[in-house]
Amino acid sequence: MMLKKIISLLFLLIAYSLQLTACFAQPISSTELINNAKLYDAKVVVYSGEVIGDVMVRARYAWININDGNNAIGIWVSKAVAKDIQYSGSYKAKGDVLEVSGIFHRSCPEHGGDLDIHAQYIRKLNSGRLLTERLNLEKRNFSLILLGVLCLVLILRQLKPKSKK
Amino acid sequence: MILRPNLDDLRNIGYYLGKIIIGLGLTMSVPIIAGIAFGEFNPSLDFFIAAEITVIFGLILTKLCRREQDLSWAQGMIVVSLSWLVATVLGAIPLYLSGHWKSFLDACFDAMSGFATTGLTLAQDLDHMSYAHNLWRHLIMFIGGQGIVIVALSLFVKGASGAFKMYVGEARDEKILPNVIHTSRFIWLVSIVYLILGALALGITGILNGMKPLNSFYHGACIFMAAFDTGGFTPQSQNMLYYHSLSYEVITIIIMILGALNFKLHYHIWMGNRKEIWKDIETTALFITIMITLVITAIGLDRIGVYPTAVMLFRKGFYQLISGHTGTGFQTIYAAQFVNDWNHLALTGVICAMALGGAVCSTTGAIKMLRIGVIFKALAEDIKRIILPERAIIVQKFHHIKTIFMEDKQVRSALLITLCYLLLYGFGALVGTFFGYPFLNSLFESTSAAANVGLSCGITNISMPAALKITYIFQMWAGRLEFMSVFVLAGFVVAAIKGK
Repeated sequence: MMLKKIISLLFLLIAYSLQLTACFAQPISSTELINNAKLYDAKVVVYSGEVIGDVMVRARYAWININDGNNAIGIWVSKAVAKDIQYSGSYKAKGDVLEVSGIFHRSCPEHGGDLDIHAQYIRKLNSGRLLTERLNLEKRNFSLILLGVLCLVLILRQLKPKSKK
Repeated sequence: MILRPNLDDLRNIGYYLGKIIIGLGLTMSVPIIAGIAFGEFNPSLDFFIAAEITVIFGLILTKLCRREQDLSWAQGMIVVSLSWLVATVLGAIPLYLSGHWKSFLDACFDAMSGFATTGLTLAQDLDHMSYAHNLWRHLIMFIGGQGIVIVALSLFVKGASGAFKMYVGEARDEKILPNVIHTSRFIWLVSIVYLILGALALGITGILNGMKPLNSFYHGACIFMAAFDTGGFTPQSQNMLYYHSLSYEVITIIIMILGALNFKLHYHIWMGNRKEIWKDIETTALFITIMITLVITAIGLDRIGVYPTAVMLFRKGFYQLISGHTGTGFQTIYAAQFVNDWNHLALTGVICAMALGGAVCSTTGAIKMLRIGVIFKALAEDIKRIILPERAIIVQKFHHIKTIFMEDKQVRSALLITLCYLLLYGFGALVGTFFGYPFLNSLFESTSAAANVGLSCGITNISMPAALKITYIFQMWAGRLEFMSVFVLAGFVVAAIKGK
């Protein structure tokens, strides 16, 4: 009897872990989450994308915003996890690409109705980097030509009244 | 008989238009300086190119059209309507050069949206946009909110009697001070004082919310410009959702309401006459319409039960409503949530709020509170006429800075402009429906564009038809200028073709 109980318990545990693994294997896009928010509400979802903007620490937790190329979604993570983020996306940087597994909220009761994800597990897929800006020579040359035209127009404006005299 | 405009008319219009264009070109120095300060050299080059083209164009125009004559009423109106179109095209150049807009039409859409303080956007990859370009997006809202012509009036026009005609053409028929140039400068003074206070408040809140200090004050300045000028652009793609902050939302609500009040009322408050807030017909009408539309929206949201607590209802329901009513367009929900999570009743509440707008001589668009107040006073007067004996003398008056006795011409003017707005909302909704969007969604987006709000239920995106983009550009332009300048320009074009 006891053995039967242990076997069934083990079976349930394996089935549950398999279910979680299946969930991890299929990241859901932001568009899918936003458009079908009711369907995914209060469920564990996997979402991945680039960290953008500020990492906003709030007491023991932090807000990060992750953009998957279509939309950015707010992720509520522990402060310790947030500290591991090296780069966040901006004009001068490509942010770390993270895979987040957590509970999705269509309107989070803890955060005033925000559509967000409370992270349970985070994995770094790609590390971000600083982006170096190379001067666009075409733009530079064009701007110099226009500067010449501007000077010419200004000179012509000054010259004409004198020639009238 | 229609008279064809002569060369003198064109030269007069061209001269003042040129001055306004030069003013616009000089304002591009702000993002150039910001770009250099942040070490963003390619974005700075975008603004160099755009500023050079703008100033060259303005200089040539002022030189070719040099006149000493004052503007006529029609010419003043035409200068205004044309300057908004030209500013849109020239203001779109740096946006397009950044590569964040797929086409020049998309860049023009955002430029008009900025100048008209709408807030609808077709920008791509906003989260990687440079500080300089983002600053320009918000600065054009600041310039457009005060009025493009006001910028030129404050800087370049000294004592010209044509100034008042351009000022009126920009949907500002109320002078705060006896001289229109002093009025323009007062509007700038109010805006800059609030800019400093607002940016500080938002900057400090941002730091307390965990943002980096530099970024926090930069965002503070941008968000203030978008909120006070009831614009709605934000530096990040998530709009106000990016901040995840109740305090940030409360501060922006205060700024949005300040932006929706009449500059004349601001003047009286500054002069210590605080009682005006409670006496003025516009603030009374604003309070009543907020309450009515809030009830409609709240009942709608309550039925679906998506925001069950008071805090949630405040941050999602009330915030979108105030944002819509003041014509700002900040969102704390995703565009698709309006359609997916909200029901028709809640959407109708927000559409009504967007259609009504804020005060006249403010930075908001839409029908505006003074007209709503006057129309309801007229209705009350007519009801009194039916109820009271025929011999009774009925005098209807209202308080707007001073006590005003209501005349038929005021009611006629209010009703005509209201009718024009309703037709404009309907026109955009019809075009949207023609392209296959559901009617309510089309009406929502159309009202948002024509009332210069910026809330979106998802129709505005790069894949929408070009004809719909042009329709929204037209709606934003006509709605911001309150029609008269647009009608005069149309009349001018007809006269040029058919006149003798």
